[in-house]
Amino acid sequence: MTPSDFHVTRSSSVTKIAAVLGLLILIILIAAPYWAGRADMRLMGELFLYLALASLWNLMAGYAGLVSVGQQAYVGFGGYMLFALTMFGGVHPIGAIVIAGFFGALIAVPVALLIFRLRGAYFAIGTWVIAEVFRLSFAQVSVLGGGSGSSLPVGIVRSLSSSRAGREHLSYWLALASAVIVIAAVYFFLRSRNGLALTAIRDNELAAGSLGIDIWRTKFVVYIVTAALTSMIGALIFLQKLRISPDAAFSVNDWTAFVIFIVVIGGIGTIEGPIIGTLIFFALRETLADLGTIYLMVLGVVAIVIMLKAPKGIWGLIRTRFDVELFPLSYRVKHSQTAQKD
Amino acid sequence: MEWVNAVVQGTLLGGLYALFAAGLSLIFGVMRLVNIAHGDLIVLAAYLGLSATTLLGLHPLAALLVVVPAMAIMGYVLQRAILNQTLGKDILPPLLVTFGLSVIIQNTLLEAYSADPQKMNAGALETASFSAGGLSLGVLPVMTFVIAVGVIAGLQWTFYRTALGRAFRATSDNQEIAQLMGLNRRHIFGLAMALALAVTAIAGIMLGIRTSFDPSIGGGRLIFGFEAVIIGGLGNLWGTLVGGVILGVAQTIGAKIDPGWQLLAGHLVFLIILAVRPNGLFPRIGE
Repeated sequence: MTPSDFHVTRSSSVTKIAAVLGLLILIILIAAPYWAGRADMRLMGELFLYLALASLWNLMAGYAGLVSVGQQAYVGFGGYMLFALTMFGGVHPIGAIVIAGFFGALIAVPVALLIFRLRGAYFAIGTWVIAEVFRLSFAQVSVLGGGSGSSLPVGIVRSLSSSRAGREHLSYWLALASAVIVIAAVYFFLRSRNGLALTAIRDNELAAGSLGIDIWRTKFVVYIVTAALTSMIGALIFLQKLRISPDAAFSVNDWTAFVIFIVVIGGIGTIEGPIIGTLIFFALRETLADLGTIYLMVLGVVAIVIMLKAPKGIWGLIRTRFDVELFPLSYRVKHSQTAQKD
Repeated sequence: MEWVNAVVQGTLLGGLYALFAAGLSLIFGVMRLVNIAHGDLIVLAAYLGLSATTLLGLHPLAALLVVVPAMAIMGYVLQRAILNQTLGKDILPPLLVTFGLSVIIQNTLLEAYSADPQKMNAGALETASFSAGGLSLGVLPVMTFVIAVGVIAGLQWTFYRTALGRAFRATSDNQEIAQLMGLNRRHIFGLAMALALAVTAIAGIMLGIRTSFDPSIGGGRLIFGFEAVIIGGLGNLWGTLVGGVILGVAQTIGAKIDPGWQLLAGHLVFLIILAVRPNGLFPRIGE
């Protein structure tokens, strides 16, 4: 056995099987309007939007170490941008979603410059203050309904598609597309040069800095990109709800608490974690939602127990037990001719 | 004169915010823990006070005698049973665990007391006032401010003049060496949380006498406390009082310009100070 018999690779048979299976599942999901009922599609659409939010929060907290409890700032901002652009700018809703992302990135720049002065947990509460400022500011805008909010005019809703079924299919596909785009974006970002820097920062910030990685810049880029995508998801969420109010748009429970629980339960710092977490979250919600507040208490307890007993979440447990990953991200050493034994 | 009045009322309101902030500041000072559930614990104390007044027929101020020890014991148990396990180099576990705790407390209160706003009945104290220098001052706000000054003076004295304070400062400076000197840091942290929640209990009762409250307002109280801590400078207790006063004055002046601007004005002043003096006005602990 000489060193040339070995090579370093990211893919394994598991990742290849996962890729094929993932593609199959994606095709089945794209075809959902032909096999799923109206209620199922609505539920799946919501699931995809939460999956997208969770993957974005995971990129920030799990990789860049930016623990935010204020992402509702961008969800609400995106939602309000959709309403403002379509109602007063005459923009087509899908165009408005893209522009909302652009504005989200734009406003995230001064926000980041300000709150990046706070470290660790204080950064977290700082993001919450920003979300409150956004909420109170939009509540002052009377053309958008002030504190009581406003509804999307029928004409704009019709511009998506003239039939109700057409609108429902389109909004389902948009939600699915957003989840796929976000996960793909996170995946390719992590495989890039920036992603390598980010993974290094996650593992050891001090060591990463001493190797010449510009930690501030890398985190800044992650924050801006996340803000842009979160704003787009926010626009999409309120395109489905058709009604917006400051309290709903900037709800810390809906857009941050649930998202954090999803990521923690699934496994923080992995791409697979948010996917598993979203499935578990929706399974719990569909079975326990009738219990109301008790359901939220159970969710809180589950999250605390997982954080204390298995901080890497459910995917972390699976990964340590079976040493698998579905997305080829980490490097492995392989023997070139596995058939040859010596 | 109207403006002078706004400043004076804001200063008195700042006393309440300093009470919100003192517990937060203490915990951060001793163990670098930021408790996301802090606001919900304030609201929990207000509800415990409400139960004490309705079930035992106590005056809200007398309820302090029950609620303060109850919250202190809860703090010690909480720290030893759960929070001590989360402390370490990684900031994520304490943050997420206290976040989960916040959701649990909020929904437990919702289940036990419903979402209807409640208020404690303090009788004549609520409306009593006296005039000084042409201004009419409420007895309750003045009392809250005096209590806030007393609490901060008491914490300051505990920190720098007692054996317990020495233990707090030693563990804060270097946990390992404090441990080698025979201090049990788990116990010390438990005592620190007990003291912090005792202060939180006072904050909750004063809040509950002053305004109506419901289970969802915890997050807002956490933010006020947090802003007071950052404005004043991390780890500086008197700074925290000044931070609370600045926040209170900003809010009353904002409300005077336009009622919708009350909270926004407070947040904006906080952000401006963060932009100009990132370490607060009187920093003690450098990063």
